[in-house]
Amino acid sequence: MSELPQQLANGLILGAMYGLIAIGYTMVYGIVQLINFAHGEIFMVGGFGALSVFLALPAGTSLALALPAMLLGGIAVSVLVGIAAERFAYRPLRGAPRLAPLITAIGLSIALQQAVWKWYPDGKQARVFPQFKGHAFDILGATVQRGDLFVLIAAPACMIALGFFVARTRSGRAMQATAQDPDTAQLMGINTDRIIVLAFAIGAAFAGVAAVAYGLRTGEVQFRMGFIMGLKAFTAAVLGGIGNIYGAMLGGVVLGIAEALATAYIEEIPGMQQFGGGAWKDVWAFVLLILVLLLRPQGLLGERVADRA
Amino acid sequence: MLILTTAVTTGALTLSACGSRGDDNKSGEGKSTVVIGLDAPTTGELSALGLGIRNSAQLAIDNANKAGEVKGVSFKLEALDDKALPNVGQQNATKLAADKNVLGVVGPLNSGVAQSMQQVSKQNDLTLISPANTTPDLTQGKDWKQNKRVRPFPTYFRTATTDEVQGAFDGQYAWEKMKAKKAYVIDDQKTYGVGLASSFKDQFGKLGGKIVGTEHVSPDDRDFKAVVSKVKSAKPDLVFYGGEYPASGPLSQQLKDGGVTVPLMGGDGMYSADYIKLNKKAQGDYASSVGKPVEELPSAKKFIAGYKAAGFKEAYEAYGGSTYDATWALIQAVKQVVQDNDGKLPDDARKKVVDAMNKVTFDGVTGPIAFDKYGDTTNTMITAYQVDKGAWASRFSAEFKKFDKS
Repeated sequence: MSELPQQLANGLILGAMYGLIAIGYTMVYGIVQLINFAHGEIFMVGGFGALSVFLALPAGTSLALALPAMLLGGIAVSVLVGIAAERFAYRPLRGAPRLAPLITAIGLSIALQQAVWKWYPDGKQARVFPQFKGHAFDILGATVQRGDLFVLIAAPACMIALGFFVARTRSGRAMQATAQDPDTAQLMGINTDRIIVLAFAIGAAFAGVAAVAYGLRTGEVQFRMGFIMGLKAFTAAVLGGIGNIYGAMLGGVVLGIAEALATAYIEEIPGMQQFGGGAWKDVWAFVLLILVLLLRPQGLLGERVADRA
Repeated sequence: MLILTTAVTTGALTLSACGSRGDDNKSGEGKSTVVIGLDAPTTGELSALGLGIRNSAQLAIDNANKAGEVKGVSFKLEALDDKALPNVGQQNATKLAADKNVLGVVGPLNSGVAQSMQQVSKQNDLTLISPANTTPDLTQGKDWKQNKRVRPFPTYFRTATTDEVQGAFDGQYAWEKMKAKKAYVIDDQKTYGVGLASSFKDQFGKLGGKIVGTEHVSPDDRDFKAVVSKVKSAKPDLVFYGGEYPASGPLSQQLKDGGVTVPLMGGDGMYSADYIKLNKKAQGDYASSVGKPVEELPSAKKFIAGYKAAGFKEAYEAYGGSTYDATWALIQAVKQVVQDNDGKLPDDARKKVVDAMNKVTFDGVTGPIAFDKYGDTTNTMITAYQVDKGAWASRFSAEFKKFDKS
């Protein structure tokens, strides 16, 4: 059990990334009941946006100095793509049958992947993402890389900011209202179109932050990275209760930790050797999802549909 | 004989449209055109290797045409991208087989892709020769482990030696030269990775080494932190990885970051400049690759000079030499077929090329080229490389003693 603290830290860091991406799924779903399957790619383009900023800076700029600019670059690209997706792919289909925007989302996801593959310089291969040099930190018996600290700070900061926004600002309250009842909200003078764009933008911004975290952690960004991360984040959103922002983060962390522990410990259960290890971690992640949905169909923090966001 | 014209034209070769000759079967003075197909991943993560393969085949074709290697025949390369996907490779093989001017195909890079192309090549009597496939099953059938070796595809050849040889070499090298006693073995669950890892395990264990743990990862994974923690608590002297560099680069870096200070070792799927590019902690890692480093072979001097002079944008990478030899073997087989038919291409040229391939021998870039009764190369030379100051440095080359294949 000596690796337990380390595995918990691994899971927490991975889970915080899932959670940041999951916010985007959950917010958009909460407002327009649409699963935006292109969200993984919105995360991916953010990674390339941040990388572009780094490459544009004069060579030899220290990463610590470059990071704020990269973060802004990643967020800007993600938000632009997110808003454009809403404006040109989803808004024309508002009121269409449920299936239409879903298929559009899958098409958009492939289109974004291929666009990066084709037009980003050397986008056909993994591009090297800058990483922090220097020693890792020892925190409570777990080794944490410098690059991983970013997500451990960014994720809670983002959550606090979002919580404040939703509960305390006019736009946030308008968002809650729109989630509860779009038609009535409109009668009360809320511009629901603007609120929907805002939901897309916030989700995309969080995906941009997650993309920078991903780049710092793995040392690369590539055109396919949004697919599996997006799928896992969507799982996290469902696990925590789709439509609930705190549920998204909780679901992400639970999923990340479940993956890390499954890799480490499943094979130590007698008779389960062949189902352990890294090869099976995705299987266990989805087994967990199925179990939660069987026992609590609304997800961990899901409530009655009327009180979303 | 391998004759490379040293006088290279000053105009750099354009890479497009292979000499931009029309598709007509007759060009100039009654010359017939023979098309050599090529299948490799020229886009995607493995494109560094794939582009090196494409360029080296192009070089062999250009040299054959310049030297008039086969009288009355001009060669043309048709290069297709398989994106390292088995289904795309199969489509490419089908497409090439449909063109009657295609007398042979060079490629693919991945053993998994080869498995899907072999059937097409067999049905069409079309020679398929790979510079890079190393999975034993491709030439010796799936029961080679029980020593029931049967050649399943008479049309398939390769200039790379097998993982049985390579993995065993790695095991031997780890035990004898690296003095490793305990190894942790990870594979990516793909045809190539699993074969290599199991062959390493067998040999390392046979010599007295201990396998202190095994792990499987997904080739698309980039976050190996959970696996790293497991490796760390097993305290091995060496981590062996069966798989390719897009995953092993990040894996190696995360191992070092996580406090596993022993080297990572892998096979030819790891032997790429990109491995070092994707991995800031590559220093000290090992990879084996088939053949000898072409830079060290006197026979390869002309190849390297020719490649440079041709002005290709991309490096020839790990399989440049073996691709040149594979392409040249096809050219030699065509030459034999034309000679046996009074200087003309026969109507059933494809079938005859397959037969001629079995008898081809010449001194190639990577050494003497010949094929045994399975279609495997008779050259079992393997080299161990180590990352040193941001580049692969060769440490040790040997012919791994041939296993009893009877």
